[in-house]
Amino acid sequence: MTSLQSGGLSLRNLSKGYALADRQLSVLNGINLDIEGGSSLAIVGASGSGKTTLLRILAGLEDPDRGGVTIDGTPVRGVGTERAVIFQEPRLLPWLTVLDNVAFGLEVRGTPRAEALERARHYVRLVGLSDFAGVWPRQLSGGMAQRVGIARALTVQPRILLLDEPFGALDAMTRLVMQEELVRIWGEEKVTMIVVTHDLEEAIYLADQVLVLPKGEDAPRLIETDLPRPRDRTSPAFVRQREALLREFGLH
Amino acid sequence: MSFPDILRTAARSLTLPRLPALAILRRYGLLAAFLVLWQAASKTGWVNPAVFPPLDAIAAALWKGLSTGALLDDIAISLQRAGTAYAAAIAIGIPVGLLMGQIRLVEQALDPILQLFRQTSALALYPVFILLLGLGEASKIFVIFWATLFPILLATTGGVKEVDAKLVEMARSYGASRLTVFRRVILPAALPAIFIGLRLSATTALLLLIASEMIGANKGVGFQVMNAQYNFQIPLMFAAIFLLAGLGLLANALLVALQRRLCRWSDRTN
Ligand SMILES: Nc1ncnc2c1ncn2[C@@H]1O[C@H](COP(=O)(O)OP(=O)(O)OP(=O)(O)O)[C@@H](O)[C@H]1O
Ligand SMILES: [Mg+2]
Repeated sequence: MTSLQSGGLSLRNLSKGYALADRQLSVLNGINLDIEGGSSLAIVGASGSGKTTLLRILAGLEDPDRGGVTIDGTPVRGVGTERAVIFQEPRLLPWLTVLDNVAFGLEVRGTPRAEALERARHYVRLVGLSDFAGVWPRQLSGGMAQRVGIARALTVQPRILLLDEPFGALDAMTRLVMQEELVRIWGEEKVTMIVVTHDLEEAIYLADQVLVLPKGEDAPRLIETDLPRPRDRTSPAFVRQREALLREFGLH
Repeated sequence: MSFPDILRTAARSLTLPRLPALAILRRYGLLAAFLVLWQAASKTGWVNPAVFPPLDAIAAALWKGLSTGALLDDIAISLQRAGTAYAAAIAIGIPVGLLMGQIRLVEQALDPILQLFRQTSALALYPVFILLLGLGEASKIFVIFWATLFPILLATTGGVKEVDAKLVEMARSYGASRLTVFRRVILPAALPAIFIGLRLSATTALLLLIASEMIGANKGVGFQVMNAQYNFQIPLMFAAIFLLAGLGLLANALLVALQRRLCRWSDRTN
Protein backbone atom coordinates (compact mmCIF):
# COMPACT_ATOMS: atom_id res chain seq x y z
CA MET A 1 0.00 0.00 0.00
CA THR A 2 1.45 3.33 -1.04
CA SER A 3 0.95 6.46 1.01
CA LEU A 4 -1.65 9.07 0.05
CA GLN A 5 0.92 11.58 -1.14
CA SER A 6 3.06 9.22 -3.17
CA GLY A 7 2.38 10.71 -6.59
CA GLY A 8 0.14 7.99 -7.97
CA LEU A 9 -1.82 8.89 -11.08
CA SER A 10 -5.14 7.72 -12.40
CA LEU A 11 -6.15 8.38 -15.99
CA ARG A 12 -9.83 7.84 -16.66
CA ASN A 13 -11.33 7.78 -20.15
CA LEU A 14 -8.84 10.41 -21.27
CA SER A 15 -9.62 11.71 -24.75
CA LYS A 16 -8.23 14.51 -26.84
CA GLY A 17 -8.58 15.61 -30.43
CA TYR A 18 -7.69 18.58 -32.58
CA ALA A 19 -9.73 20.38 -35.18
CA LEU A 20 -7.68 20.51 -38.34
CA ALA A 21 -8.56 22.64 -41.33
CA ASP A 22 -10.55 19.92 -43.07
CA ARG A 23 -11.39 17.34 -40.40
CA GLN A 24 -11.42 16.40 -36.76
CA LEU A 25 -8.28 14.55 -35.67
CA SER A 26 -8.73 12.32 -32.67
CA VAL A 27 -5.41 11.72 -30.92
CA LEU A 28 -6.14 10.05 -27.59
CA ASN A 29 -9.15 7.76 -27.37
CA GLY A 30 -10.34 6.98 -23.87
CA ILE A 31 -7.12 6.10 -22.12
CA ASN A 32 -7.49 4.31 -18.77
CA LEU A 33 -4.39 3.79 -16.72
CA ASP A 34 -3.20 3.64 -13.14
CA ILE A 35 0.35 4.59 -12.33
CA GLU A 36 1.59 3.67 -8.90
CA GLY A 37 3.35 6.34 -6.88
CA GLY A 38 7.12 6.05 -7.14
CA SER A 39 7.03 3.85 -10.21
CA SER A 40 8.25 4.69 -13.65
CA LEU A 41 6.30 4.61 -16.88
CA ALA A 42 7.59 5.00 -20.41
CA ILE A 43 5.29 6.14 -23.21
CA VAL A 44 6.26 4.94 -26.66
CA GLY A 45 4.49 5.01 -30.00
CA ALA A 46 4.90 6.08 -33.57
CA SER A 47 5.39 9.72 -34.45
CA GLY A 48 2.06 11.50 -34.19
CA SER A 49 0.52 8.88 -31.91
CA GLY A 50 -0.06 11.44 -29.16
CA LYS A 51 2.81 10.90 -26.73
CA THR A 52 3.55 14.58 -26.30
CA THR A 53 -0.16 15.38 -26.15
CA LEU A 54 -0.63 12.89 -23.30
CA LEU A 55 2.35 14.21 -21.39
CA ARG A 56 1.20 17.81 -21.79
CA ILE A 57 -2.22 16.88 -20.44
CA LEU A 58 -0.58 15.22 -17.44
CA ALA A 59 1.52 18.38 -16.98
CA GLY A 60 -1.60 20.52 -17.04
CA LEU A 61 -0.33 22.50 -20.03
CA GLU A 62 -3.28 21.26 -22.06
CA ASP A 63 -6.83 20.18 -21.18
CA PRO A 64 -8.37 16.88 -22.26
CA ASP A 65 -11.61 16.96 -24.24
CA ARG A 66 -13.14 14.25 -22.11
CA GLY A 67 -12.14 12.27 -19.06
CA GLY A 68 -9.57 13.36 -16.56
CA VAL A 69 -6.53 12.74 -14.45
CA THR A 70 -6.33 12.46 -10.70
CA ILE A 71 -3.16 12.62 -8.67
CA ASP A 72 -3.40 10.83 -5.32
CA GLY A 73 -7.15 11.12 -5.73
CA THR A 74 -7.25 14.86 -6.48
CA PRO A 75 -8.39 15.93 -9.96
CA VAL A 76 -5.79 17.76 -12.01
CA ARG A 77 -6.64 21.28 -13.10
CA GLY A 78 -3.79 23.09 -14.83
CA VAL A 79 -0.20 23.01 -13.68
CA GLY A 80 0.55 22.01 -10.12
CA THR A 81 3.40 22.13 -7.65
CA GLU A 82 3.48 18.34 -7.24
CA ARG A 83 4.59 17.99 -10.89
CA ALA A 84 7.60 19.16 -12.86
CA VAL A 85 8.25 18.91 -16.58
CA ILE A 86 11.54 18.23 -18.32
CA PHE A 87 11.17 19.26 -21.93
CA GLN A 88 12.87 17.90 -24.98
CA GLU A 89 15.09 20.99 -25.09
CA PRO A 90 16.71 22.31 -21.91
CA ARG A 91 14.74 25.60 -22.07
CA LEU A 92 17.23 27.44 -19.90
CA LEU A 93 16.95 31.20 -19.45
CA PRO A 94 20.07 32.55 -21.19
CA TRP A 95 20.35 35.53 -18.83
CA LEU A 96 20.59 33.40 -15.69
CA THR A 97 23.62 31.44 -14.56
CA VAL A 98 23.36 27.68 -14.16
CA LEU A 99 22.67 28.06 -10.44
CA ASP A 100 20.00 30.74 -10.96
CA ASN A 101 18.37 28.65 -13.66
CA VAL A 102 18.17 25.71 -11.30
CA ALA A 103 16.70 27.94 -8.59
CA PHE A 104 14.20 29.48 -11.02
CA GLY A 105 11.36 27.03 -10.41
CA LEU A 106 11.55 27.49 -6.65
CA GLU A 107 11.78 31.27 -6.90
CA VAL A 108 8.76 31.38 -9.18
CA ARG A 109 6.89 29.43 -6.52
CA GLY A 110 7.77 32.01 -3.91
CA THR A 111 10.64 30.38 -2.05
CA PRO A 112 12.95 33.06 -0.60
CA ARG A 113 16.00 33.53 -2.77
CA ALA A 114 18.61 32.42 -0.26
CA GLU A 115 16.78 29.18 0.44
CA ALA A 116 16.14 28.56 -3.26
CA LEU A 117 19.84 28.99 -4.04
CA GLU A 118 20.78 26.68 -1.19
CA ARG A 119 18.57 23.91 -2.52
CA ALA A 120 19.58 24.60 -6.11
CA ARG A 121 23.22 24.13 -5.10
CA HIS A 122 22.40 20.66 -3.84
CA TYR A 123 20.83 19.59 -7.13
CA VAL A 124 23.52 21.22 -9.24
CA ARG A 125 25.92 18.96 -7.34
CA LEU A 126 23.62 15.96 -7.85
CA VAL A 127 23.79 16.35 -11.66
CA GLY A 128 27.53 16.82 -11.48
CA LEU A 129 27.76 20.49 -12.43
CA SER A 130 29.13 22.10 -9.26
CA ASP A 131 32.10 23.48 -11.19
CA PHE A 132 29.76 25.18 -13.63
CA ALA A 133 27.28 26.79 -11.22
CA GLY A 134 28.29 30.33 -12.19
CA VAL A 135 28.44 29.75 -15.93
CA TRP A 136 26.03 31.12 -18.58
CA PRO A 137 23.88 28.57 -20.46
CA ARG A 138 25.55 29.38 -23.79
CA GLN A 139 28.80 28.09 -22.35
CA LEU A 140 27.37 24.59 -21.75
CA SER A 141 27.35 21.55 -23.97
CA GLY A 142 24.00 20.03 -24.96
CA GLY A 143 24.20 17.28 -22.37
CA MET A 144 25.23 19.69 -19.62
CA ALA A 145 22.36 22.03 -20.48
CA GLN A 146 19.91 19.15 -20.34
CA ARG A 147 21.28 18.20 -16.91
CA VAL A 148 20.62 21.76 -15.75
CA GLY A 149 17.02 21.36 -16.92
CA ILE A 150 16.76 18.13 -14.95
CA ALA A 151 18.24 19.76 -11.85
CA ARG A 152 15.76 22.64 -12.15
CA ALA A 153 12.86 20.17 -12.18
CA LEU A 154 14.27 18.17 -9.26
CA THR A 155 14.87 21.29 -7.16
CA VAL A 156 11.15 21.89 -6.75
CA GLN A 157 11.00 18.35 -5.32
CA PRO A 158 8.03 17.17 -7.35
CA ARG A 159 6.22 13.95 -6.63
CA ILE A 160 5.85 13.41 -10.36
CA LEU A 161 8.51 14.00 -12.97
CA LEU A 162 7.30 14.31 -16.57
CA LEU A 163 9.89 13.99 -19.32
CA ASP A 164 9.32 14.45 -23.06
CA GLU A 165 12.12 12.76 -25.02
CA PRO A 166 14.61 14.29 -22.63
CA PHE A 167 17.68 12.80 -24.31
CA GLY A 168 16.48 12.86 -27.90
CA ALA A 169 18.94 15.55 -28.94
CA LEU A 170 21.97 13.94 -27.31
CA ASP A 171 24.61 11.72 -28.87
CA ALA A 172 24.42 7.99 -28.14
CA MET A 173 27.23 8.00 -25.58
CA THR A 174 25.93 10.95 -23.56
CA ARG A 175 22.46 9.46 -23.73
CA LEU A 176 23.60 6.23 -22.06
CA VAL A 177 25.27 8.18 -19.27
CA MET A 178 22.20 10.35 -18.76
CA GLN A 179 19.86 7.35 -18.65
CA GLU A 180 21.97 5.82 -15.94
CA GLU A 181 22.02 9.10 -14.04
CA LEU A 182 18.25 9.49 -14.34
CA VAL A 183 17.63 6.00 -12.95
CA ARG A 184 19.97 6.76 -10.04
CA ILE A 185 18.22 10.07 -9.28
CA TRP A 186 14.80 8.45 -9.62
CA GLY A 187 15.85 5.84 -7.06
CA GLU A 188 17.16 8.48 -4.67
CA GLU A 189 14.33 10.98 -4.95
CA LYS A 190 11.44 8.51 -4.90
CA VAL A 191 9.45 10.32 -7.54
CA THR A 192 6.96 8.96 -10.01
CA MET A 193 8.61 9.20 -13.41
CA ILE A 194 6.76 9.36 -16.71
CA VAL A 195 8.99 9.56 -19.73
CA VAL A 196 8.11 9.86 -23.39
CA THR A 197 10.66 8.30 -25.70
CA HIS A 198 11.21 7.13 -29.26
CA ASP A 199 13.82 4.70 -28.14
CA LEU A 200 12.53 1.25 -27.09
CA GLU A 201 15.78 0.35 -25.40
CA GLU A 202 15.58 3.55 -23.36
CA ALA A 203 11.99 2.70 -22.43
CA ILE A 204 12.96 -0.74 -21.13
CA TYR A 205 16.03 0.59 -19.37
CA LEU A 206 14.12 3.32 -17.52
CA ALA A 207 10.64 2.06 -16.89
CA ASP A 208 8.64 -0.45 -14.84
CA GLN A 209 5.85 -0.30 -17.39
CA VAL A 210 5.73 0.75 -21.02
CA LEU A 211 2.60 2.28 -22.50
CA VAL A 212 2.41 1.70 -26.23
CA LEU A 213 0.22 4.29 -27.94
CA PRO A 214 -1.32 3.01 -31.16
CA LYS A 215 -1.82 5.13 -34.20
CA GLY A 216 -5.55 5.30 -34.81
CA GLU A 217 -8.42 3.95 -32.78
CA ASP A 218 -6.89 0.81 -31.23
CA ALA A 219 -6.62 0.64 -27.46
CA PRO A 220 -3.21 1.50 -26.01
CA ARG A 221 -1.32 -1.45 -24.52
CA LEU A 222 0.59 -1.65 -21.29
CA ILE A 223 3.66 -3.87 -21.04
CA GLU A 224 5.34 -4.78 -17.77
CA THR A 225 9.12 -4.49 -17.85
CA ASP A 226 9.94 -5.57 -14.31
CA LEU A 227 13.53 -6.61 -14.84
CA PRO A 228 15.88 -6.43 -11.86
CA ARG A 229 17.93 -3.26 -11.50
CA PRO A 230 20.51 -2.18 -12.43
CA ARG A 231 19.49 -3.30 -15.86
CA ASP A 232 21.91 -4.76 -18.30
CA ARG A 233 21.08 -3.98 -21.92
CA THR A 234 22.88 -7.10 -23.10
CA SER A 235 21.20 -9.58 -20.76
CA PRO A 236 18.91 -12.20 -22.35
CA ALA A 237 15.92 -10.95 -20.38
CA PHE A 238 16.47 -7.39 -21.62
CA VAL A 239 16.77 -8.57 -25.20
CA ARG A 240 13.57 -10.62 -24.82
CA GLN A 241 11.72 -7.53 -23.53
CA ARG A 242 12.97 -5.57 -26.46
CA GLU A 243 11.73 -8.20 -28.88
CA ALA A 244 8.33 -8.30 -27.19
CA LEU A 245 8.08 -4.52 -27.56
CA LEU A 246 9.13 -4.67 -31.19
CA ARG A 247 6.34 -7.19 -31.78
CA GLU A 248 3.89 -4.58 -30.46
CA PHE A 249 4.92 -2.44 -33.40
CA GLY A 250 4.63 -5.42 -35.73
CA LEU A 251 8.31 -5.19 -36.45
CA HIS A 252 9.55 -8.56 -35.30
CA MET B 1 43.26 22.02 -18.08
CA SER B 2 39.66 21.09 -18.76
CA PHE B 3 38.11 21.12 -22.21
CA PRO B 4 36.28 24.47 -21.85
CA ASP B 5 39.55 26.00 -20.63
CA ILE B 6 41.31 24.81 -23.74
CA LEU B 7 38.58 26.31 -25.87
CA ARG B 8 38.76 29.59 -24.03
CA THR B 9 42.52 29.80 -24.40
CA ALA B 10 42.24 29.00 -28.08
CA ALA B 11 39.62 31.68 -28.57
CA ARG B 12 41.75 34.22 -26.74
CA SER B 13 44.80 33.60 -28.87
CA LEU B 14 42.68 33.99 -31.98
CA THR B 15 40.95 37.26 -31.19
CA LEU B 16 43.40 39.18 -29.00
CA PRO B 17 46.41 40.77 -30.66
CA ARG B 18 49.82 40.07 -29.26
CA LEU B 19 50.69 43.74 -28.87
CA PRO B 20 48.29 46.34 -27.46
CA ALA B 21 50.01 48.99 -29.60
CA LEU B 22 49.09 47.04 -32.69
CA ALA B 23 45.47 46.91 -31.60
CA ILE B 24 45.38 50.66 -31.09
CA LEU B 25 46.94 51.21 -34.49
CA ARG B 26 44.49 48.86 -36.16
CA ARG B 27 41.54 50.55 -34.53
CA TYR B 28 42.51 54.22 -34.67
CA GLY B 29 45.15 54.31 -37.40
CA LEU B 30 42.87 55.54 -40.16
CA LEU B 31 41.30 58.15 -37.93
CA ALA B 32 44.73 59.50 -36.97
CA ALA B 33 45.83 59.54 -40.60
CA PHE B 34 42.70 61.51 -41.52
CA LEU B 35 43.37 64.14 -38.86
CA VAL B 36 47.05 64.42 -39.80
CA LEU B 37 46.11 64.82 -43.45
CA TRP B 38 43.59 67.53 -42.56
CA GLN B 39 46.13 69.46 -40.52
CA ALA B 40 48.84 69.20 -43.16
CA ALA B 41 46.52 70.04 -46.05
CA SER B 42 45.24 73.12 -44.25
CA LYS B 43 48.67 74.35 -43.10
CA THR B 44 50.28 73.99 -46.52
CA GLY B 45 47.34 75.66 -48.23
CA TRP B 46 46.56 72.53 -50.19
CA VAL B 47 42.95 73.11 -49.17
CA ASN B 48 41.60 76.58 -48.48
CA PRO B 49 42.29 77.23 -44.76
CA ALA B 50 39.38 79.65 -44.68
CA VAL B 51 37.03 76.72 -45.36
CA PHE B 52 39.06 73.98 -43.66
CA PRO B 53 40.95 75.72 -40.84
CA PRO B 54 43.82 73.80 -39.26
CA LEU B 55 42.88 71.60 -36.31
CA ASP B 56 44.77 73.73 -33.81
CA ALA B 57 42.63 76.73 -34.77
CA ILE B 58 39.49 74.63 -34.28
CA ALA B 59 40.80 73.37 -30.95
CA ALA B 60 41.55 76.95 -29.89
CA ALA B 61 38.03 78.04 -30.84
CA LEU B 62 36.60 75.09 -28.93
CA TRP B 63 38.69 75.86 -25.88
CA LYS B 64 37.72 79.53 -25.97
CA GLY B 65 34.06 78.66 -26.27
CA LEU B 66 34.24 76.24 -23.39
CA SER B 67 36.42 78.31 -21.06
CA THR B 68 34.35 81.46 -21.47
CA GLY B 69 31.24 79.37 -20.89
CA ALA B 70 29.59 80.49 -24.14
CA LEU B 71 29.51 77.01 -25.66
CA LEU B 72 28.67 75.46 -22.31
CA ASP B 73 25.34 77.26 -22.35
CA ASP B 74 24.68 75.91 -25.81
CA ILE B 75 25.58 72.39 -24.74
CA ALA B 76 23.31 72.65 -21.72
CA ILE B 77 20.28 73.81 -23.68
CA SER B 78 20.88 71.25 -26.44
CA LEU B 79 21.20 68.42 -23.93
CA GLN B 80 18.07 69.60 -22.21
CA ARG B 81 16.07 69.57 -25.45
CA ALA B 82 17.33 66.21 -26.67
CA GLY B 83 17.28 64.68 -23.19
CA THR B 84 13.70 65.72 -22.43
CA ALA B 85 12.47 64.40 -25.77
CA TYR B 86 14.47 61.17 -25.45
CA ALA B 87 13.25 60.55 -21.91
CA ALA B 88 9.65 61.11 -22.99
CA ALA B 89 10.12 58.74 -25.93
CA ILE B 90 11.45 56.08 -23.55
CA ALA B 91 8.71 56.70 -21.00
CA ILE B 92 6.03 56.19 -23.65
CA GLY B 93 7.74 53.95 -26.20
CA ILE B 94 8.84 51.15 -23.90
CA PRO B 95 5.57 50.64 -21.98
CA VAL B 96 3.41 50.93 -25.11
CA GLY B 97 5.81 48.65 -26.98
CA LEU B 98 5.60 46.08 -24.19
CA LEU B 99 1.81 46.22 -24.33
CA MET B 100 1.75 45.96 -28.12
CA GLY B 101 4.11 43.01 -28.06
CA GLN B 102 2.03 41.14 -25.52
CA ILE B 103 -1.54 41.92 -26.41
CA ARG B 104 -2.53 41.24 -29.99
CA LEU B 105 -5.58 43.45 -29.80
CA VAL B 106 -3.50 46.49 -28.84
CA GLU B 107 -1.04 45.82 -31.62
CA GLN B 108 -3.73 45.34 -34.23
CA ALA B 109 -5.45 48.54 -33.18
CA LEU B 110 -2.31 50.69 -33.09
CA ASP B 111 -0.25 49.25 -35.91
CA PRO B 112 -1.85 50.96 -38.97
CA ILE B 113 -1.76 54.44 -37.50
CA LEU B 114 1.77 53.95 -36.18
CA GLN B 115 2.95 52.77 -39.59
CA LEU B 116 1.45 55.90 -41.14
CA PHE B 117 3.06 58.20 -38.57
CA ARG B 118 6.36 56.41 -38.86
CA GLN B 119 6.52 56.79 -42.61
CA THR B 120 5.88 60.53 -42.34
CA SER B 121 9.21 62.27 -41.94
CA ALA B 122 9.48 64.13 -38.66
CA LEU B 123 11.17 67.02 -40.45
CA ALA B 124 8.24 67.32 -42.84
CA LEU B 125 5.98 67.59 -39.81
CA TYR B 126 8.13 70.19 -38.06
CA PRO B 127 6.26 73.12 -39.66
CA VAL B 128 3.02 71.57 -38.42
CA PHE B 129 4.43 71.26 -34.89
CA ILE B 130 5.57 74.90 -35.08
CA LEU B 131 2.07 75.95 -36.07
CA LEU B 132 0.61 73.98 -33.20
CA LEU B 133 3.18 74.65 -30.50
CA GLY B 134 4.90 77.86 -31.55
CA LEU B 135 8.55 78.41 -32.38
CA GLY B 136 9.77 77.91 -28.79
CA GLU B 137 11.03 74.92 -26.86
CA ALA B 138 7.84 72.86 -27.12
CA SER B 139 7.92 72.33 -30.88
CA LYS B 140 11.65 71.51 -30.81
CA ILE B 141 11.26 68.94 -28.07
CA PHE B 142 8.18 67.51 -29.72
CA VAL B 143 9.78 66.98 -33.11
CA ILE B 144 12.72 65.17 -31.48
CA PHE B 145 10.31 63.14 -29.37
CA TRP B 146 8.32 62.22 -32.47
CA ALA B 147 11.34 60.96 -34.35
CA THR B 148 12.83 59.05 -31.41
CA LEU B 149 9.58 57.43 -30.32
CA PHE B 150 9.21 55.04 -33.23
CA PRO B 151 12.54 53.22 -33.16
CA ILE B 152 12.08 52.55 -29.42
CA LEU B 153 8.44 51.55 -29.80
CA LEU B 154 8.97 49.22 -32.73
CA ALA B 155 12.12 47.63 -31.32
CA THR B 156 10.36 46.96 -28.01
CA THR B 157 7.29 45.49 -29.71
CA GLY B 158 9.47 43.29 -31.91
CA GLY B 159 11.61 42.20 -28.99
CA VAL B 160 8.60 41.10 -26.97
CA LYS B 161 7.00 39.29 -29.90
CA GLU B 162 10.17 37.37 -30.59
CA VAL B 163 10.47 35.99 -27.06
CA ASP B 164 10.75 32.21 -27.25
CA ALA B 165 7.30 30.81 -26.47
CA LYS B 166 8.99 27.68 -25.13
CA LEU B 167 10.64 29.68 -22.37
CA VAL B 168 7.32 31.24 -21.48
CA GLU B 169 5.74 27.79 -21.32
CA MET B 170 8.59 26.52 -19.16
CA ALA B 171 7.97 29.32 -16.67
CA ARG B 172 4.25 28.64 -16.78
CA SER B 173 4.86 24.95 -16.07
CA TYR B 174 6.42 26.00 -12.76
CA GLY B 175 3.26 27.90 -11.94
CA ALA B 176 4.51 31.39 -12.81
CA SER B 177 1.78 34.04 -12.91
CA ARG B 178 1.41 36.32 -15.92
CA LEU B 179 3.21 39.06 -14.04
CA THR B 180 6.07 36.76 -13.06
CA VAL B 181 6.40 35.52 -16.64
CA PHE B 182 6.53 39.12 -17.79
CA ARG B 183 9.08 40.19 -15.20
CA ARG B 184 11.35 37.17 -15.30
CA VAL B 185 11.11 35.96 -18.90
CA ILE B 186 9.67 38.49 -21.33
CA LEU B 187 11.40 41.62 -20.07
CA PRO B 188 14.94 40.20 -19.90
CA ALA B 189 14.48 38.41 -23.23
CA ALA B 190 13.38 41.63 -24.93
CA LEU B 191 16.14 43.76 -23.41
CA PRO B 192 18.74 43.38 -26.20
CA ALA B 193 16.15 44.38 -28.80
CA ILE B 194 15.09 47.35 -26.68
CA PHE B 195 18.71 48.50 -26.56
CA ILE B 196 18.92 48.41 -30.34
CA GLY B 197 15.96 50.80 -30.39
CA LEU B 198 17.52 53.01 -27.72
CA ARG B 199 20.76 53.35 -29.64
CA LEU B 200 19.00 54.05 -32.91
CA SER B 201 16.88 56.69 -31.20
CA ALA B 202 19.88 58.38 -29.61
CA THR B 203 21.36 58.97 -33.04
CA THR B 204 18.02 60.19 -34.35
CA ALA B 205 17.63 62.52 -31.37
CA LEU B 206 20.88 64.33 -32.19
CA LEU B 207 19.96 64.57 -35.85
CA LEU B 208 16.59 66.16 -35.13
CA LEU B 209 18.10 68.34 -32.42
CA ILE B 210 20.46 69.94 -34.89
CA ALA B 211 17.81 70.32 -37.56
CA SER B 212 15.39 71.99 -35.16
CA GLU B 213 18.07 74.28 -33.76
CA MET B 214 19.07 75.35 -37.24
CA ILE B 215 15.55 76.37 -38.14
CA GLY B 216 14.36 78.50 -35.29
CA ALA B 217 16.67 78.93 -32.34
CA ASN B 218 19.04 81.44 -30.82
CA LYS B 219 20.87 79.00 -28.58
CA GLY B 220 22.13 75.47 -28.80
CA VAL B 221 24.99 73.67 -30.47
CA GLY B 222 23.06 73.29 -33.72
CA PHE B 223 22.36 77.00 -33.72
CA GLN B 224 26.08 77.69 -33.18
CA VAL B 225 26.99 75.71 -36.29
CA MET B 226 24.66 77.85 -38.40
CA ASN B 227 25.47 81.10 -36.63
CA ALA B 228 29.24 80.66 -36.82
CA GLN B 229 28.98 79.92 -40.51
CA TYR B 230 26.80 83.00 -41.00
CA ASN B 231 29.37 85.17 -39.20
CA PHE B 232 32.21 83.41 -40.97
CA GLN B 233 33.72 82.09 -37.73
CA ILE B 234 34.72 78.87 -39.45
CA PRO B 235 36.90 77.45 -36.63
CA LEU B 236 33.99 77.94 -34.24
CA MET B 237 31.66 76.24 -36.73
CA PHE B 238 33.91 73.19 -36.85
CA ALA B 239 34.29 73.28 -33.07
CA ALA B 240 30.48 73.01 -32.77
CA ILE B 241 30.39 70.20 -35.34
CA PHE B 242 33.04 68.25 -33.48
CA LEU B 243 31.15 68.88 -30.28
CA LEU B 244 28.03 67.32 -31.81
CA ALA B 245 30.01 64.33 -33.00
CA GLY B 246 31.44 64.02 -29.49
CA LEU B 247 27.95 64.12 -27.96
CA GLY B 248 26.84 61.36 -30.31
CA LEU B 249 29.81 59.19 -29.46
CA LEU B 250 29.32 59.80 -25.76
CA ALA B 251 25.63 58.91 -25.87
CA ASN B 252 26.36 55.71 -27.74
CA ALA B 253 29.20 54.78 -25.40
CA LEU B 254 26.93 55.27 -22.39
CA LEU B 255 24.25 53.05 -23.90
CA VAL B 256 26.75 50.37 -24.86
CA ALA B 257 28.17 50.39 -21.34
CA LEU B 258 24.69 50.08 -19.87
CA GLN B 259 23.85 47.26 -22.25
CA ARG B 260 27.05 45.44 -21.33
CA ARG B 261 26.08 45.67 -17.68
CA LEU B 262 22.50 44.49 -18.18
CA CYS B 263 23.08 41.89 -20.90
CA ARG B 264 26.30 40.27 -19.74
CA TRP B 265 24.81 36.90 -20.60
CA SER B 266 24.46 37.48 -24.32
CA ASP B 267 27.10 36.63 -26.89
CA ARG B 268 27.21 39.98 -28.56
CA THR B 269 28.16 42.09 -25.61
CA ASN B 270 30.49 39.71 -23.84
N1 LIG C 1 -1.80 22.17 -31.21
C1 LIG C 1 -2.18 21.23 -32.11
N2 LIG C 1 -3.08 21.52 -33.06
C2 LIG C 1 -3.46 20.59 -33.96
N3 LIG C 1 -3.01 19.35 -33.97
C3 LIG C 1 -2.10 18.99 -33.06
C4 LIG C 1 -1.63 19.91 -32.08
N4 LIG C 1 -0.73 19.28 -31.28
C5 LIG C 1 -0.65 18.04 -31.76
N5 LIG C 1 -1.47 17.84 -32.81
C6 LIG C 1 -1.66 16.61 -33.56
O1 LIG C 1 -1.83 15.57 -32.65
C7 LIG C 1 -1.14 14.42 -33.07
C8 LIG C 1 -0.25 13.91 -31.95
O2 LIG C 1 0.76 14.85 -31.71
P1 LIG C 1 1.89 14.62 -30.63
O3 LIG C 1 2.77 15.78 -30.63
O4 LIG C 1 1.24 14.27 -29.35
O5 LIG C 1 2.62 13.33 -31.24
P2 LIG C 1 3.87 12.55 -30.68
O6 LIG C 1 3.44 11.17 -30.41
O7 LIG C 1 4.50 13.28 -29.56
O8 LIG C 1 4.80 12.56 -31.96
P3 LIG C 1 6.40 12.67 -32.04
O9 LIG C 1 6.91 11.31 -31.72
O10 LIG C 1 6.63 12.99 -33.49
O11 LIG C 1 6.84 13.72 -31.12
C9 LIG C 1 -0.39 14.77 -34.33
O12 LIG C 1 -1.05 14.22 -35.42
C10 LIG C 1 -0.44 16.27 -34.38
O13 LIG C 1 -0.61 16.68 -35.71
MG1 LIG D 1 6.35 14.42 -29.30
